[in-house]
Amino acid sequence: MGKTSKTRTDDASTPQLKFGERWVYDAAPQSPEVKIRDKYDLFLDGEFTAPRSRKHFDTVNPATTEPLAKIAQAGDADVDAAVAAARHAQENVWGPMSGGDRARYVFRIARLIQERSRELACLETMDGGKPIRESRDVDVPLAAQWFFYHAGWADKLHLAFPGSKVEPKGVIGQIIPWNFPLLMAAWKLAPALACGNTVVLKPAETTSLTALHLAQILQQADLPPGVVNIVTGDGRTGAALVRHPGIDKVAFTGSTTVGKEIQRTLAGSGKDLTLELGGKAAHIVFEDAALDQAVEGVVCGIFFNQGHVCCAGSRLLVQESVHDMFVEKLRRRMERIRVGDPMDKNTDMGAINSKEQLARIEEMVAVGESEGATLHQSSCSLPDRGYWFRPTMFTGVSLSHRIAREEIFGPVLGVLTFRTPEEAVEKANNTGYGLSAGIWTDKGSRILWMAERMRAGVVWNNTFNRFDAASPFGGYKESGFGREGGKQGLLAYMKCHDDPLTQG
Amino acid sequence: MTIEVRKTYKLFIGGKFPRSESGRTFQPKAAEGFNVSMASRKDLREAVVAARAALPKWSGMTAYNRGQILYRLAEMVATRTSSLVDEIRAGNRRSESAARKEVASAVELITFYAGLPDKLQQLLGAQNEVAGPFFNFSTVEPSGVLGAVAPDEPSLLGALAMSLPILAGGNTVVLLVSESSPLSGLALGELLAVSDVPGGVINLLAGEKSELLPQFASHRDVNGLLIAGAPDVSVSEAAADSVKRVRFADLPPRDWNNVKKLCNLHLVQPFVEVKTLWHPVSQ
Repeated sequence: MGKTSKTRTDDASTPQLKFGERWVYDAAPQSPEVKIRDKYDLFLDGEFTAPRSRKHFDTVNPATTEPLAKIAQAGDADVDAAVAAARHAQENVWGPMSGGDRARYVFRIARLIQERSRELACLETMDGGKPIRESRDVDVPLAAQWFFYHAGWADKLHLAFPGSKVEPKGVIGQIIPWNFPLLMAAWKLAPALACGNTVVLKPAETTSLTALHLAQILQQADLPPGVVNIVTGDGRTGAALVRHPGIDKVAFTGSTTVGKEIQRTLAGSGKDLTLELGGKAAHIVFEDAALDQAVEGVVCGIFFNQGHVCCAGSRLLVQESVHDMFVEKLRRRMERIRVGDPMDKNTDMGAINSKEQLARIEEMVAVGESEGATLHQSSCSLPDRGYWFRPTMFTGVSLSHRIAREEIFGPVLGVLTFRTPEEAVEKANNTGYGLSAGIWTDKGSRILWMAERMRAGVVWNNTFNRFDAASPFGGYKESGFGREGGKQGLLAYMKCHDDPLTQG
Repeated sequence: MTIEVRKTYKLFIGGKFPRSESGRTFQPKAAEGFNVSMASRKDLREAVVAARAALPKWSGMTAYNRGQILYRLAEMVATRTSSLVDEIRAGNRRSESAARKEVASAVELITFYAGLPDKLQQLLGAQNEVAGPFFNFSTVEPSGVLGAVAPDEPSLLGALAMSLPILAGGNTVVLLVSESSPLSGLALGELLAVSDVPGGVINLLAGEKSELLPQFASHRDVNGLLIAGAPDVSVSEAAADSVKRVRFADLPPRDWNNVKKLCNLHLVQPFVEVKTLWHPVSQ
């Protein structure tokens, strides 16, 4: 331990280049290559349909607070209609259809997402506030991959679970969050459709636009009416969907609080449930790690998508011997994060998704200060309008601090230390959550030893925030149950005839 | 005339055989004349503590080793057939041949699950072909401490069917044995204790479902529940508070006695967690 740490602690005091205002980036705006309608109706039985209530609400651009469009508020009657359309399509069209034919439709969707990728990326960024670089390079390509990957399963389900006769679960109610609106729609829809289910999808209130443009894509793909129905609205719409007697399964991604509420609501209903909930991931950095790479990993882990990521690496556990140097490197790196116009192609961190979320982040940061942790924030300037928060780091955090226990869902990193691998394991697992973990070390055997002990569904070793349709994703403990992606993800949407158990 | 020695059937917690801390016993419906320790909510909590403490050892040992230990249980059950037959029949009118068949099925069930632990990764895990320079694979791991409730009948086979899939997945378990005929279920403890199963890996309680189920459901250190019988709304509602994995085994009596249906990977799957590892591939 001594040798490496001694030579490497000096690093923090090495001189750094200071460009000041002498090397300012020019603006590199992405032109908004998307036609946004004034008003969007519900997508029911293959057609855009006005909500029975005739009520619409505004969806705003969080980077400007300007309204982008009006979104329909679906009520009980609309949810009824959506479920009825889905049931009819499941029993008469989509369920009986051969896997090969279903595959062709889903492949079409994948292709159309690729073909309309710029439109979707712009829309995602304008509606949600995330940098165009991320929606262009991460959200949209992954959404396309999700459909492409699962399309290929549609005619191979009998190979996925040999010996089990499988069939679709039926009509699925899916509720998705606002942090990756299009991508989460893809995560939910693609496996459900491949397995022969039909869907009623409820996007998040603040970010419905990409799901509604996806509905246009479904029309373009000639997907049979009723196979996918999209009901927009606030929490009341989601609650109506969860309670609806006509659905066979609920798939939810969102907060642990709401997830528990859904599990309670479904108790005794005989409906299946999968939950992908919150997280408080440990990001563990050992002294022998490639520290500059680890800094990039930690920055990506907490500042990607403004930290609105359930698997965000929000608790940094850094080995004591390199703590000071690592924190210094992080501080410097945070200064270089470009915060601002999400439509600027050079922007690293965009706008906070909503006023409510900004208030929650501000509240938690105030809690962190009052609990005695030391606050470090980037000195970057923030735009005058819109919802913004600086890249933020707390040092001197202990496990009992609320900022180390509760999900903040924003660009706020808490730094803790450890001495031994055992202590790192103990601290990493000391949480009710169990979604993800990150480990940085150069020692292969230690990576595997640590990874084995992480009580988390996804473990990134010497990398972070990687996603792939072939790679199962989901949580332990209060981060939920069920997986999305890969062969394991299919189980959420298939019924095996030899399974004697009922979910409760 | 010899005066018989009467045995009180006791609980099995942390590898020991305590009476209930409550000082209560009961005389089960289908085991007339026998005194059985009646577990309290506090006994359940102590059993959970024991199960949690045993988890690192049980889940940390090699799957080969877990399999051998479970196989040892098959040996113990097979060689104690006659006493188990007596316990299945004690105080009720079950036929000897039916009881013998049940023990034989129990041995078949145990050997199925004894051979399972070292195949789970290959059955349920995978190497995943991701679109990038990463080595990516998924393994399965135990969910943790499970609560299980056995059906009333068959008392021995049912107790095993509700606990072996959990144990094969590397979990530890607190099992409430048959309420109406708990003798054979509790007798399992005496066989487990001599089968190299570490203390606390499986804990056996007897008592009233109505008293203990709410505690199983609301206990925050229980990760999941496997319950014989029809779905129970209040159990599921309480379980939601800690996002438990909850499954009900609502089987017709015919299926409870059909060992082929109980040798089933679907009984294991809900209580293992898929963990996916990413590692860069580079020079």
